[in-house]
Amino acid sequence: MPFACIFVPDFPVAAVLRAEAELRTQALAIFEGRPPLEKLFAVNESARRIGITPGMTKAQAELCSELTLRSRSRLQESLAHAALLDCAQSFSPCVEDAAADTVILDLAGMESLFGSLSGIARNLFRRAVELGLDGSVAVASNPDAAVLAARGFSGVTVIPAGKETESLGSLPVEVLFTGGPEGEKKEDAQQKESARLLATLERWGIRNLRALAALPEVALSERLGQEGLCLQQLARGSASRTLVPVEAPAIFEEAVELEYPIVLLEPLAFLLNRLLEQLCARLAARALNTQELRLTLELQNLAGVDPHLDIFGIPSESDASHDVSQKAAPHFISGRQGKFCRTLSLPLPMLDPKLFLKLLQLDLNAHPPGAPIQKIHLAAEPARPRSAQGGLFLPPSPEPEKLELTLARIAGLVGESRVGSLELLDTHRAEGFRMRRFVPGAIQERSAQENHLHKKDKPAGERSAVAALRMFRPPLKAAVTLENGQLVCLACAKKREVQGNILWKAGPWRSSGDWWEREAWSRDEWDIALQNAEGVTLFRLVHDLLGGGWFVEGTYD
Amino acid sequence: MSSAVFSTSAAQGRPFVFDSEIRDEVCPQPSGAELFGEARPPRRVVSTISNAALKDARLAEVTPASRLAARMAPEMVPSGIAEMDALTGGLPRGCLTEICGSASSGRSTLLLAALAAATRRGEFCAFVDASDALDPQSVAAAGIELDRLLWVRCGGNSQQVEPRLEQLMRVADLLLEGGGFGMIALDLGDIPPQNARRIPLATWFRFRRAVEYTPTVLLTIERQSIAGSCSSLLIKLGSLKLGSSELSMSNSQYPAPTHAQLLTKVQVTAELVRSRMDRKPVRSAEITFASRTAWAAG
Repeated sequence: MPFACIFVPDFPVAAVLRAEAELRTQALAIFEGRPPLEKLFAVNESARRIGITPGMTKAQAELCSELTLRSRSRLQESLAHAALLDCAQSFSPCVEDAAADTVILDLAGMESLFGSLSGIARNLFRRAVELGLDGSVAVASNPDAAVLAARGFSGVTVIPAGKETESLGSLPVEVLFTGGPEGEKKEDAQQKESARLLATLERWGIRNLRALAALPEVALSERLGQEGLCLQQLARGSASRTLVPVEAPAIFEEAVELEYPIVLLEPLAFLLNRLLEQLCARLAARALNTQELRLTLELQNLAGVDPHLDIFGIPSESDASHDVSQKAAPHFISGRQGKFCRTLSLPLPMLDPKLFLKLLQLDLNAHPPGAPIQKIHLAAEPARPRSAQGGLFLPPSPEPEKLELTLARIAGLVGESRVGSLELLDTHRAEGFRMRRFVPGAIQERSAQENHLHKKDKPAGERSAVAALRMFRPPLKAAVTLENGQLVCLACAKKREVQGNILWKAGPWRSSGDWWEREAWSRDEWDIALQNAEGVTLFRLVHDLLGGGWFVEGTYD
Repeated sequence: MSSAVFSTSAAQGRPFVFDSEIRDEVCPQPSGAELFGEARPPRRVVSTISNAALKDARLAEVTPASRLAARMAPEMVPSGIAEMDALTGGLPRGCLTEICGSASSGRSTLLLAALAAATRRGEFCAFVDASDALDPQSVAAAGIELDRLLWVRCGGNSQQVEPRLEQLMRVADLLLEGGGFGMIALDLGDIPPQNARRIPLATWFRFRRAVEYTPTVLLTIERQSIAGSCSSLLIKLGSLKLGSSELSMSNSQYPAPTHAQLLTKVQVTAELVRSRMDRKPVRSAEITFASRTAWAAG
């Protein structure tokens, strides 16, 4: 049974490079510890070439002008590890989380799906690079041989079955004792034992795995005991064990902590773009889409901010929005940092980072954070991709992705609560409706299910037109003249064409309701005809019985 | 020049060249830059020809009318009112249709009927409301499927006309660019004509080009025609008149108390002012139909 191993060398450095790709070509070192005693514990290859080694103090490293220093970010390391697991899980359901920088996959049965072992190894390597991790991939007939090959050889390595001893022979014996990223604390006893064994092998002149594999087993066991035999089995590539698979949680989050707070939307968009691409790549690796994005911005305490600094502009006032997908405006806790949360709900599962970025930009333009940003956290709720069967003769419908962007832009122009579809409420009150989200996709799915009901509808010829009413919002206040209780003439101060003698009238039609509520209503409605310059116009006149006013509510048109 | 050369070149749409006049370029006077550059190979150029021949050369580039691709007539869809369909043939897809008339002439009735017909066909419609005048009860009574109608309410709390118009134009641009709608309706019914006329014709021309070759019906209602020649169909609705039988009342012969009277139907008069749908000369035609109120329609 073949096994594959993905190993990311200098894992803390790789985690930082995943967040700041522009540092790849530079010498980079990661430090940790309390000031002023910070020490380097991980460096990349470029830093090693100029003489920087782990263990140096930060003060010593700062003397080197070519070196870029970053503090250790456990957040980035956990995100990079999650990405590594996603990469492995996209190729095999059986994945062992061997270390923060090492994962092992069981490739049994995968050749029929993904092709040859060398093809799988290359695809693994490419997928890891797409997720921002430069690592090594090795395939062997047992997990330990794959791990040794991945840690010892760079790039892609495929060891044919039965050739483990020969292939691993050139590796130094130190590879048997490296495990986990630098800085991970092992037990002292384990460290001492490993150091003792390594020193013993060095004294014997054993430099590589070939030499260790060639030692007589009995003599080795007499001198080094069971540990020595285990090491020899590893060197021969003949150790076999079963994987301990891990169920990777379906949590898709990306975050970045900023060295300096940002105050402009443009650099924020740049960072969001990177996070979205990483997030979408991880979702794509697991063949998932997303239907909800949650953006959390940690804001700097406003007390420390220059009051003259224009931060994202003035936050817009929240209007009465019926859209429950948008969370509340930011809240600030005095003396500590505040959090600004926005939730982007999508009508259908999607996976387009450019679209997501545009929607987030439009949302942030409409609801700016109002304070400098120190940390960005982006989470995606995974969802199964939608499966839609298009038809050749179906009526036209908007593309979900394009429509979502169009609606977001329109909402930015007219307001979120002023675009959508209608929903009538179960009431006779005037304006008894509300706006809700316009989602064509859900309607199409419902229509496809209801098609079999064979609804018969009247053809157009048998259907008569229904006279429509055009509303005045708000209703026009009117001054009405009565004679013997009859409506005689009408005048509206705000609209000149709504005035004149009343030529014809019908009514009143009384309606009332909600008498058990505080907002009870009672009104008389009249249909009237007025003569004006354009001709005769039909209006609906309303007399508010509770408030006592007269209003022109609309025109029959 | 041989006639054979002329006809062949014209048929193939190429500027024709006289073979006998092609000759190698006579060694030109070198310029300062050319003196120090690499020697260029001599060019074969067309020699100077007379003005008449130049004119003939340009004419040869013109594609003959017999070879022009025939433009397909737009697909017509029902407007939801049989009398209107008999007058106009329906509403054309990929074209701009204007319905103009004064208040109470029946513009909104016609508009809602067209939207209802579109949603019944399974299409999605957009209604851009410049004055925020749409009545949800009328929408439901007209038979429009509410889930298939996108309502954009321009203006907000502002009563100013200019910002509403600007929003309407920008929203229309976005909807046309996004595409996918069976019908996009622009409601300028309550916008004063002097404000509506300030919309540049270039905007209407842009809308027309945006909707061309798409299955979208672009429909506008306004008080007076403002799109000029950009609209393919122009329907004018007559104002409501009193004193004839156009306002139907329950007991028209004997004056009845107001509480016994009921507005049941309104007569709508429509005139086809312009149609680019067929090649026959445009003739003015009028039709009249009745629209019933929601409580009378049942």
